Amino acid sequence: MIEVRLFATLRKGRGKIFQLEAAAFSSGTQILEYFNIPLDEVAIFLINGFHAKPESIVKDGDIVAIFPPVGGG
Amino acid sequence: MIAARYLRNIGALTEADCLLLKDCRVFIAGCGGLGGHLLSHLLRIGVGHITAIDSDCFEPSNLNRQLLCTESTLGCSKILSAAQYAAAINSDVSFQGLQMQLDKANCDALITGHDLVLDALDNIHTRRALAAACDRQNIPLVYGAVCGWFAQVSVFPTGSVLHCMEQIYPKDAVLKDKACLSFTPAMCASIQSAEAIKLLLGKPSELNGQLLYIDLFTSEWELLPLLV
Repeated sequence: MIEVRLFATLRKGRGKIFQLEAAAFSSGTQILEYFNIPLDEVAIFLINGFHAKPESIVKDGDIVAIFPPVGGG
Repeated sequence: MIAARYLRNIGALTEADCLLLKDCRVFIAGCGGLGGHLLSHLLRIGVGHITAIDSDCFEPSNLNRQLLCTESTLGCSKILSAAQYAAAINSDVSFQGLQMQLDKANCDALITGHDLVLDALDNIHTRRALAAACDRQNIPLVYGAVCGWFAQVSVFPTGSVLHCMEQIYPKDAVLKDKACLSFTPAMCASIQSAEAIKLLLGKPSELNGQLLYIDLFTSEWELLPLLV
């Protein structure tokens, strides 16, 4: 399984924490497509606590955390 | 002898700390939701020299969260209001207000000579320009950003300011949600101010190179690395 944690506005209409079948996802991009999250709404993409590009490979046991841009002052 | 206005600083700070802060120079980039609260905190604690920059005037949509925006300051320059506020709160502080747009071309000249830069901006483009200038001028930056119920705060160390900013804002990132509640910038600026004071006094900061993400709706606090 791959655990996906969404944060801030990305939770709207989606939810907070998900367990995905690892066999169905080989990259972070596929995870974003599954949740219908546009690339420009992704600011921080972490795999197991390390910064990664959304196109990075994901595998069974990974924890993926996705944050949208927060930039107001 | 410490001035009476700073007596309640003592205990949390030493008299030597207070004297040190009096000689510090801090640059506040942006005088909106975050910047107004940052200015208030720095004035009250007694940072001696403050520069603030903003080109905007107050409008009705600012009233829900911006400390310096009142019904009587609508239409007024944010910097003029900041100057009046500074004079009213602590006339011992040397305040320089810059009513102009901060941009790539003027960043270096404006921040040079300051001990610390506080990022209270509202757009990614200028944040990046400011971060690059901080690296060139060897000045650390205390970052803050807000949206709705969410806030992000960090301390970007000298030499890694742009790197940290780029970890938070990749090239394609776009700010879409303009919602913001009054307590979000107030809390974010409070944490920024605490980090600023620690930096100015040479004290360690747990947020150095780490991003504190706060969700006030679910009361979640997450600490994310920025330097790896």
